[in-house]
Amino acid sequence: MTVVLNRIDDRLIHGQVVVGWGQPLDIRFIVLVDDEVARSEWEQELYRMGTPPEMDVYFHSVADAVRALPRYREDERAGLLLTGSVDAMLQLVKDAGVREVNVGGIHHRADRRQRLRYVFLSREEEQVLRDMAQLGATITAQDVPGTRPVELHELLESEASVQ
Amino acid sequence: MSEPTPARGSGSVRAVRAIIAGHGDFAAGLVSAVQQITGRGDVFRAVSARDLSAADLDALIGRTIDETGVKVVFTDLQAGSCTMASRRVLRDRPDVLLVAGANLPMLLDFAFADALPPTDAARHALERGRAAITSLGGGAKK
Repeated sequence: MTVVLNRIDDRLIHGQVVVGWGQPLDIRFIVLVDDEVARSEWEQELYRMGTPPEMDVYFHSVADAVRALPRYREDERAGLLLTGSVDAMLQLVKDAGVREVNVGGIHHRADRRQRLRYVFLSREEEQVLRDMAQLGATITAQDVPGTRPVELHELLESEASVQ
Repeated sequence: MSEPTPARGSGSVRAVRAIIAGHGDFAAGLVSAVQQITGRGDVFRAVSARDLSAADLDALIGRTIDETGVKVVFTDLQAGSCTMASRRVLRDRPDVLLVAGANLPMLLDFAFADALPPTDAARHALERGRAAITSLGGGAKK
């Protein structure tokens, strides 16, 4: 096995990740890439306590993750790579060879426009997603396995009525 | 979203003593069930994580605690976003008790325990909720 899902989700570890994707994909470890969480023992403990005992969580800054990802890809267990922002994932596409990206949840903020029920994007974030695609990554929005995957071109053309 | 508790046919309105927070309609559904069984749904305030960012959910739960003055938060799932948000919010409110993994028997027990301080009532209710989980039938384990 290896890292089987690369997800952008501003809630980081939560029910959709641990249960929604974690159970059907038999996820046994999560690589959480976030500079702020990587600096905070308290936040790490919060996320660690929120995951079931059979699932390990590893915390990295973006710079660390670039170096660490090859090791995780060789892990015999199924893993999930998680960032809270498009910018962090762009770095991993650029420098760590991530080629498939799941947009799982980017929620309301004043400068963002709603694209799907669970995806709001600013103009800058839209450009970052386009940049990832230019670098060869396949971008798909999908919050949980049972919903329809939405490809990048459709995501950027869609309004909130698309689910 | 924070939803008003139903008070249909309940006579006098009780003070809110706890928040229930969860995914989708989990909280509103449980409040509705408590109301239907006991007429005491108004001791709870329902909060849904639906479509909220982590920051917005933190703010909603914090605001609801402060507005209602409750000392107890029940959540649905230990790894869920409401539990994560509550733990962040409760970091600055150490007198508030969080119970993750709420179920209906637990909340029914809490709804009737108005003679106890809310945190004591929640601890009692937790034991009741845990003890109420059982299984019957299904044949021999394969």
